[in-house]
Amino acid sequence: MKKYTYTETKDTRSGFGAGLVEAARKNPEVVGLCADLTGSLKMNAFADEFPERFFQVGISEANMMSMAAGMTIGGKIPFTGTFANFSTSRVYDQIRQSIAYSDKNVKICASHAGLTLGEDGATHQVLEDLGMMKMLPGMVVINPCDYNQTKAATMAIAEYVGPVYLRFGRPKMPVFTPADQDFKIGEAIMLNQGADVTILATGHLVWEAIEAGHILAEMGIDAEVINIHTIKPLDAEAILKSVEKTGCVVTAEEHQMNGGLGDSVAQLLALKNPTPLEMVAVNDTFGESGVPALLMEKYGLTRTDIVKSVEAVMKRK
Amino acid sequence: MANIQELQQAVSQVRRDIVRMVHANNSGHPGGSLGCTEYLVALYFEIMKHDSSFKMDGKGEDLFFLSNGHISPVFYSVLARSGYFDVAELATFRKIDSRLQGHPTTHEGLPGVRMASGSLGQGMSVAIGAAQTKKLNGDNRIVYSLHGDGELQEGQNWEAAMYASANKVDNLICAIDLNGQQIDGSTDEVLNMGSLEAKFTAFGFDVITEKEGNNMEKVLAILAEAKSRTGNGKPICILLHTEMGHGVDYMMGSHKWHGVAPNDEELANALAQNEETLGDY
Repeated sequence: MKKYTYTETKDTRSGFGAGLVEAARKNPEVVGLCADLTGSLKMNAFADEFPERFFQVGISEANMMSMAAGMTIGGKIPFTGTFANFSTSRVYDQIRQSIAYSDKNVKICASHAGLTLGEDGATHQVLEDLGMMKMLPGMVVINPCDYNQTKAATMAIAEYVGPVYLRFGRPKMPVFTPADQDFKIGEAIMLNQGADVTILATGHLVWEAIEAGHILAEMGIDAEVINIHTIKPLDAEAILKSVEKTGCVVTAEEHQMNGGLGDSVAQLLALKNPTPLEMVAVNDTFGESGVPALLMEKYGLTRTDIVKSVEAVMKRK
Repeated sequence: MANIQELQQAVSQVRRDIVRMVHANNSGHPGGSLGCTEYLVALYFEIMKHDSSFKMDGKGEDLFFLSNGHISPVFYSVLARSGYFDVAELATFRKIDSRLQGHPTTHEGLPGVRMASGSLGQGMSVAIGAAQTKKLNGDNRIVYSLHGDGELQEGQNWEAAMYASANKVDNLICAIDLNGQQIDGSTDEVLNMGSLEAKFTAFGFDVITEKEGNNMEKVLAILAEAKSRTGNGKPICILLHTEMGHGVDYMMGSHKWHGVAPNDEELANALAQNEETLGDY
């Protein structure tokens, strides 16, 4: 079993900020729009280096989304930045009509997703965004796991032509993926091979899944851990290949069970290879204010919850 | 440069196209389409620099965005009549497998359409985005948009208006189709918006008004005036008074023909009032 180590913790939103600057240096068509959250989205460095390509729209997310769609006409590659809640549920119709249905090359970049937003509470803790965005035809949905991966993903989506939803967050997380990684949209990453159970994790839960793998190893359970950074298009081939070997699956995500990664995996398995599945996700409830770590514990999104789900799913094999 | 008579002929033919398209599948929006015919004909046949070979990027061209997408019949007819696609395709309007969807879309690849519209209130933001890109590209052409008056009840318009003036988006000419009607009745009855002139002025627009939006000479003049005011640090708003259903007497001035198709007899009546000038499709 591969041991993943890290020397520092960083927030994924800072990975976005760094990636945006790199993407903008590489491609003069990259522009950034922000709805009064430049600091929170870590877009300052971009705004400072490329002031003429940075558009402060104020607290007007609907205007920002449709404006971004309009900016593609003439060749710009707009990156919009605001919190995940205001990037999705608040502006769903603008995204649906002006971006997705209109096939526009807009990158919707969303921070502070999920419970780990913490103390601001449920008004801001969107747990439905992956579901909303994956339902839109043609929308690519990405949820990277650490700083380096978020930076690489940000650069990769600038190269990809088409609408993308990129989700990241606020808390500092272990930085364990390579700094120089080549991010491939839609290609799952094998973190640890195993024979007894497949753990499919996305975003902040990837680190928890790795840690759960170590706990399981001590219990004599050989877990395969895969990073599903792209929810859509889902890497069906990698998932089905793993499941063929292990015969059971646990999904882990900071999102509602309805509409999330687990839901996508359940659909895939039901259609292609019915397999016992357990989901580590928020179960049809809103979040609340609190320290992120305590919230993750209360709502059942920790390595301990993954281990419990593995035990449960293995009994169903 | 077309003369007034040629433009009037185009208007007459476009009105025939509108009522025939809507009649053919017993659905669509004739009222607003007929009311905006002079404006769209003026833009596409006279005012805008545009290329009917159509490139999505529209670099070096003036651009038009239809925010009130339900008046697609007039948009499709004007696009076809100015060479974007074969006029015969107008017969497919709202039918299955057509590029002429009920509301305009890029999704089926219809030349001339750069953005889907139908869900109201988004077009001003889109036009602002395109106008900003033109500035970034050093492209000095103009972006035009058209909005229904009832559509201004959508809040996003005012987000967009605030942005446009704060950021001096002065390569933008937004026209408001002031026909005073919406689905449930007159705009004053449904949700009285007060003075739109005062509102747009307060939001930082350079506002000009045309009381006779169905008079081609007046429409050309107000568009020339609007163009002359671009580049002065303010977005332009044309308050264009039109008559819903203009050109078909029994449809005129009533919200009842917002989204209702004429029957066979009514169609014949409407066609009798609008001469075939460029050949029916």
